[in-house]
Order: sequence, then C-alpha cells, then structure tokens
Amino acid sequence: MRELDVAKVTEAVEELCVAACYDLPPDVLEALGKAAQTEESEVGREIINICIQNAKLAARERVPICQDTGVTIIFLEVGQDLHLVGGDLAEAVAEGVRRGYDKGYLRKSVVSDPLFSRKNTEDNTPPIVYTDIVPGDKLRVVVVPKGTGSENMSGLKMLTPAAGPEGVRKFVVETVDKAGSNPCPPIIVGVGVGGMMDRAALLSKRALLRRTGEPHPQAEVAKLEREILAEVNDLGIGPQGLGGRVTALAVHIETAPTHIGALPVAVNIQCHAARHAERVL
Amino acid sequence: MPEPIRIKAPLAASDVKKLRAGDRVLVSGVVYTARDAAHKRLVEALEAGQKLPFDLEGQIIYYVGPCPAKPGQALGSCGPTTSGRMDPYTPTLIARGLRGMIGKGSRVPAVVEAMRKHGAVYLAAIGGAGALAAKTVKKAEMVAYEDLGPEAIRRLEVEDFPAVVCIDAQGNDLYEAGKAKYRTTR
Repeated sequence: MRELDVAKVTEAVEELCVAACYDLPPDVLEALGKAAQTEESEVGREIINICIQNAKLAARERVPICQDTGVTIIFLEVGQDLHLVGGDLAEAVAEGVRRGYDKGYLRKSVVSDPLFSRKNTEDNTPPIVYTDIVPGDKLRVVVVPKGTGSENMSGLKMLTPAAGPEGVRKFVVETVDKAGSNPCPPIIVGVGVGGMMDRAALLSKRALLRRTGEPHPQAEVAKLEREILAEVNDLGIGPQGLGGRVTALAVHIETAPTHIGALPVAVNIQCHAARHAERVL
Repeated sequence: MPEPIRIKAPLAASDVKKLRAGDRVLVSGVVYTARDAAHKRLVEALEAGQKLPFDLEGQIIYYVGPCPAKPGQALGSCGPTTSGRMDPYTPTLIARGLRGMIGKGSRVPAVVEAMRKHGAVYLAAIGGAGALAAKTVKKAEMVAYEDLGPEAIRRLEVEDFPAVVCIDAQGNDLYEAGKAKYRTTR
C-alpha cells in the first residue's frame, strides 16, 4: 500500500492557501474578459476591467486579490489504497492553513465562538474540511478560501416536488435579486438540488468549483442553467450592483437523488474573486 | 465619462452637499477603518457615555478588514466589506458627526434618513479589488481595539482612493437608479 506522510499534506495545504488567494483561476479571468465585452453599461465595463487589472496585479506582486481571504474550505479525496502516516491528518491540514495564512500575509477571519465571545482564532483555523474516500492511492486536495460578502447572500429552501424546475428557477432568481449589490457582482451562482438539506448546501458549494460556464452534462439541467443565467442577467444589478447586464458570469447546477417527497434547493453565491487551487499528492 | 472629483478627508459639510450619486471621486487624506466588531464597541462606548478613540466630526469610516502588510507595504489588500452589516450602528455615528462612509452594497432606509438629516455621503469602492486599493494607502496606524486583529480601528492616510458616490446627502441612490436602468421585466 502506498504511504504518504501527512507532512506533505501540510506543505500542500500551505502552498495552496497562498496560491488560491494570489492567483485567480484562468477560467474566471477569461469569463471576466468576455463579460467586459458584453456589458452594456460603461461604468460596468470599467468595473470589470478594474477587477481584471486587480487580479493581474495580485498575481504579479504576490499579494491577495481580495482582503477577505475567507474561511478555508478544503475538499480531500482520499484514495482507499493510500496509507497516511506520520500523524493526524486533520491536524496536518490545520497546520497547513496556519502556515499559509501566516506566511502569505492572508487575513485571519475565523472566530471561535459564533454567538458570544466572537474571538478571532488568529490563525484562520479551524478550516472546514470535507473528506471523501475514492478509488486509487492518491490524495486530491482542493482549497477554497470563501469570503463572507457572497456567502452571507446565499440561501436554501425546502421545495416540494410539485414546485419542479420552475420552483428552482424562481428561488435562484429571487435569491440573486435579494443579494443585489452585496456579494460583489459579477457573481457565479452555485445551485445544489436534491439530497436532503445538508447535501443540497454542499452541492451548491461544489458547483462553484466547476470550470466557469461549463454546462452540466445532463441536457435538461444545462438548459435550466442557461435560462436562469439569462433571467439573472435581466435583473439589472450589474457589476458591483451599479446597474448593468452582467450580474452573473455563470450558473452551475449540481443535482443528487432525493426523497420522494422532497426537492431541496440551495444557492451558494460566489463573488467575482472565485478563488480555488488544487493539487494531487 | 466625466473626470473624477478630488475630495479631501475629513470632509467639510460643504463638500458633502456638492456630491451627487453617480459622481466618481478620488479620496485623499485620513480615513478610519472600522467594521462589525469595532462598530459594536463604538456604539457601546457612546451608550456608556465614554469618549471614542477618535473624534468622529467630519470623518470618513472605511468598512474594511485589511490583510497584514507585506514588507514594503503600508497595508495589505484592503477592499471594502459589505456595508449593510454596519447599518444597525450607522445612524448613531452619523448623529455624532460621521460625514462619510466607504463600503459596498446597499443601505437600509434608516441610514439614508440619517444621512439626509445630518449631511453625510456614502461612497462605494470596488469589492474584490483589494490589491489595487492597497496601492492608495500611504500610511496605516493602529488606533484602537488591537485585540480585534483585522477588525481593529486603524487610521489610514490615502491618496487618490477611487470610489463612486452611491448615496448622496439628498438620499439619491445609485444602486436603485442603476438597477432600474438595466432591468428587464419578464
């Protein structure tokens, strides 16, 4: 059985935290570039161009694109034939976050007690970690620094089967409309449909990791994505909410089997600084 | 597009009156940073009859929690945070002399009403463009609540910090006007 020292995981997480915060993925930059062409509002076009300029500056000067370097969300896909040695995996991941946020001059944005003391943990731990066991002997690590400007505008609704695709469409559009200027548009809209409440929410977050604008493989779902995108862009919110035709760069829907009596839908909103980085160990 | 208007911070009452929603501005001078936790403490201090860590008269508060400065920087990336979270505290601060706010996103009617009553302006900076914003910060000093880390109050000296007037002292709201212009009803 292949062995992997968890120290390698720490190292990878550290580097990925920094890389994610400094380098906007090329597909997001490309989507912004297209949006700068199609936006009708002059102010809107200028804003999108400033966002592109900002991302390029951050990459060049090795500084964070955005000061909200978020809560660190980490997806681990652990091969079932991989043996992790040398320590506690969860602690190794947390240590990677601690080092990355320190050495990368990233903002520490986590408070330990959400209700009362709201004391900053000062090292951005704990991260939120999701682990899946998959075939193979590799470890895939995906780091997503998620800011709260967009996260706070997200929503979830337990629809019932009668609501159907139309109900999903309506809820997504309402959520984006209500979010308005707050989540730093142009946004990417992650939608999770199915499962139970928790699964829908997680799917909506995973939907944000898809290559920007890539359609869902199922034709009906892809069509719904296109329809929702068109409707969202008719809301007029525009770049930074100052009015325009590009409110969202993409709508990504992920689905999962659900209960005969259920149709949960979750909407996770992502700002234009759609950051994530990954590595396979 | 017309050239941006240069404004000096702290703000004179007469400057605030001249600004209109939609004007692009370049802010130079002194602004104070404060976000959620600092606002809570400021308002609690006022309620307890205590002196604030800085004089609010004419000041601009910038809603930001910056990244730490890298060597050679005055401050790390520092774009605006969502202003709406400060709405519960803002009318109190405006009544005590606060004349400008820099943030992003819409405000509740109670804030707009306080702005009209006392003469204050709300400027929006570009959310997510924190690396560019840092270029305009020439100096940053800790003022209060250091234990809050990124949420501490800092005094910033900025030069040509770019923003757009989103809500003016007459209550005109660029978010509403902009959205209405490009909205297609189905």
